[in-house]
Amino acid sequence: MELNEHLFRHEAGRMVATLTRIFGVHNLGLAEDVVQDAFCRALEIWKFRGVPENPSAWLMTTAKNRALDVLRRERSARTFAPELTRQLESEWTLAPTVEEEFGLAAVRDDELRMMFSCCSLRLSEDAQVALILHILCGFSVDEIASAFVSSHASIEKRITRSKKVLAGSKKLFDISGAEDFARRLPAVQRALYLLFNEGYHGASPEKAVRIELCHEAMRLTSMLLKNPLGATPSTYALAALMSLNAARLPARLDVSGNLTALADQDRSQFDQALAEEGLRLLERAATGPELTDYHVEAAIAWVHTSAQRTEDTDWTTIISLYDKLMAIRPSPIVALNRAIAIAQREGPRRGLEEIHAIQDSDRLANYPFYHAALGELEIDSGHLEDAREHLVVALKLARNPMERSFFEHRIGACR
Amino acid sequence: MNEFVFLYRGGQAGRSPEQAQQVMQKWMAWFKELAEKGHVKDRGQPLERTGRLVAGKRKTVTDGPFAEAKDVVGGYTLIVAKDLEEAAELSKGCPILEFDGQVEVRPVMKLNM
Repeated sequence: MELNEHLFRHEAGRMVATLTRIFGVHNLGLAEDVVQDAFCRALEIWKFRGVPENPSAWLMTTAKNRALDVLRRERSARTFAPELTRQLESEWTLAPTVEEEFGLAAVRDDELRMMFSCCSLRLSEDAQVALILHILCGFSVDEIASAFVSSHASIEKRITRSKKVLAGSKKLFDISGAEDFARRLPAVQRALYLLFNEGYHGASPEKAVRIELCHEAMRLTSMLLKNPLGATPSTYALAALMSLNAARLPARLDVSGNLTALADQDRSQFDQALAEEGLRLLERAATGPELTDYHVEAAIAWVHTSAQRTEDTDWTTIISLYDKLMAIRPSPIVALNRAIAIAQREGPRRGLEEIHAIQDSDRLANYPFYHAALGELEIDSGHLEDAREHLVVALKLARNPMERSFFEHRIGACR
Repeated sequence: MNEFVFLYRGGQAGRSPEQAQQVMQKWMAWFKELAEKGHVKDRGQPLERTGRLVAGKRKTVTDGPFAEAKDVVGGYTLIVAKDLEEAAELSKGCPILEFDGQVEVRPVMKLNM
C-alpha cells in the first residue's frame, strides 16, 4: 500500500478541524495534541505491520477513540463545545455524538467551518493565510517559514498570536447561516487567493514548495465549491483563475525554480488538462450579474494560456481586461501590468509613456518589477545604458534569491 | 544462515505530519528492500513504551517506562543474515538512525551448538 502524497498533512487538517468542533475552539491546543498522538501511533504501528487498506479511515478512527478517552477523562475538569455539551455529558449520547461528528459529511463541514473561522476579521490577511496553512494544510511552523522565506521566530509568533485570537473567539464560525456565510465569504476567497499567489509569485526558491502552495489553495477552493453557499460565481472565478495560472506554472519556473521571462516560456510545458479545467470553471463563473476581479484575472490568464506562441497573444483583449480590472480594483500594480500589455501591442515607447503616466507610481518605488519593466522596455528601445540603470535598481530591491538571479541575468542582457 | 533480532531504541522526535509521512515511507522502503533480499524472517511488532516491571522474589510491580525515552525499546524485527557482520551492515539502512535512534543487533542463540 503506497501512501498518497501529503496524506498525513491533509488528514492532520481534517482531524484538527473535527476535534476542534467537538472539543470547542478554546481547546484547539488539545485537538492538536490528540492529532500528534494519532500520528505517532500510526507511524509506530504501520512501520511493522504495513500501511492499512484505508489509511485515512485508520487515522480518523484512532483520533476518534482518543477523543472519546479525552472526553471521558476530562469532562468534569473542562468544558467542551458549548453546542454539544449536553450530548457529551451523558454516557448514553457521548459515543453516538462523537461517531456522528466523525462522519464524512460532518468532517467536510468541519474543514469549511475552520476555514471560515481562520478568516476572522480580527486577524490580518497574512495571519489568516499562515493559520490556514498551519491548521488546515498541516504545515509546521518550520515548513511555513521556509515556504515564505521567513524566520522561524517570526512565523511562530504570528501563528501563536493568531491561534490565541482563534481560541479566544469562543465559538467557531457558524457556516449554516446564509447571511453570515455570504458576509465572510469574500475574506475567505481573498485568503485563498493570497495563498495561491504565495505559490505563484512567492519567495520560495524551490519549485516543488511553490507548486505545493498553489495546490493547497486549489484544494481548499474546491472544498468551498462543494458547499452550496460557497459555490458562487466569484468562487468559480477564483478556482478558474487558479487552474489557468497553475497550468502555466511549470513553464514559468525552470528546473531550478528560476523565473522565466514570458517570451522564453516553453509552452509545451503548459498543463493542458488544468487549462481545460480552468476554462470549464470560468464558464461556470459566467452566471449572474456579478463581475469580480477574480473573473477578470481568470480571463486574462485564459488569454495567456490559450495563445499558441507568445507572439500570438491577443494583447488587445488583455488590455481591455486590464481596463476592466482598473475599474473594479484599481492599483498601481494593475496599471503597471496594463502598461506592459500596451507595450506588447504598440511598442516600448508607448509602454514607457503609460508607465510614466501611472498615478501614485510612488507606491511602486519599492516594487522590483516596476524598475524591471522600465528596464525591459528600455532594452526593447535600444537604450541599454538606461535599461541597465533600471535593472540595477530592481536588483537592489529583489526580495529573494530567485528574483536576484533573474535580474542579474537580465542585466547581463544589457550589453 | 543465522537469525538476529533488531531492537529499535529511541528515534521518536516530534515531527510535522509531512516529516512523519516521509519517515514512514523510508521505513517501508527499507523493509521492502530487506524482504526482497530474503533477510526478513518476521517484520516484528511495535511495543508500547509503557508497561509494568515485576521484580525479585517479592514480585514487586512497578509502572514503566523503565529507561529514558531514548533507551526504551520501541519494537523488534527478526532478521536472517550470514553472520553478525552482515546483520550489522543491514541495520545501517534503518531510518531510525537519522533521528537519533539506535538499532541493537543481537544474534539469536542456536540450539545445536
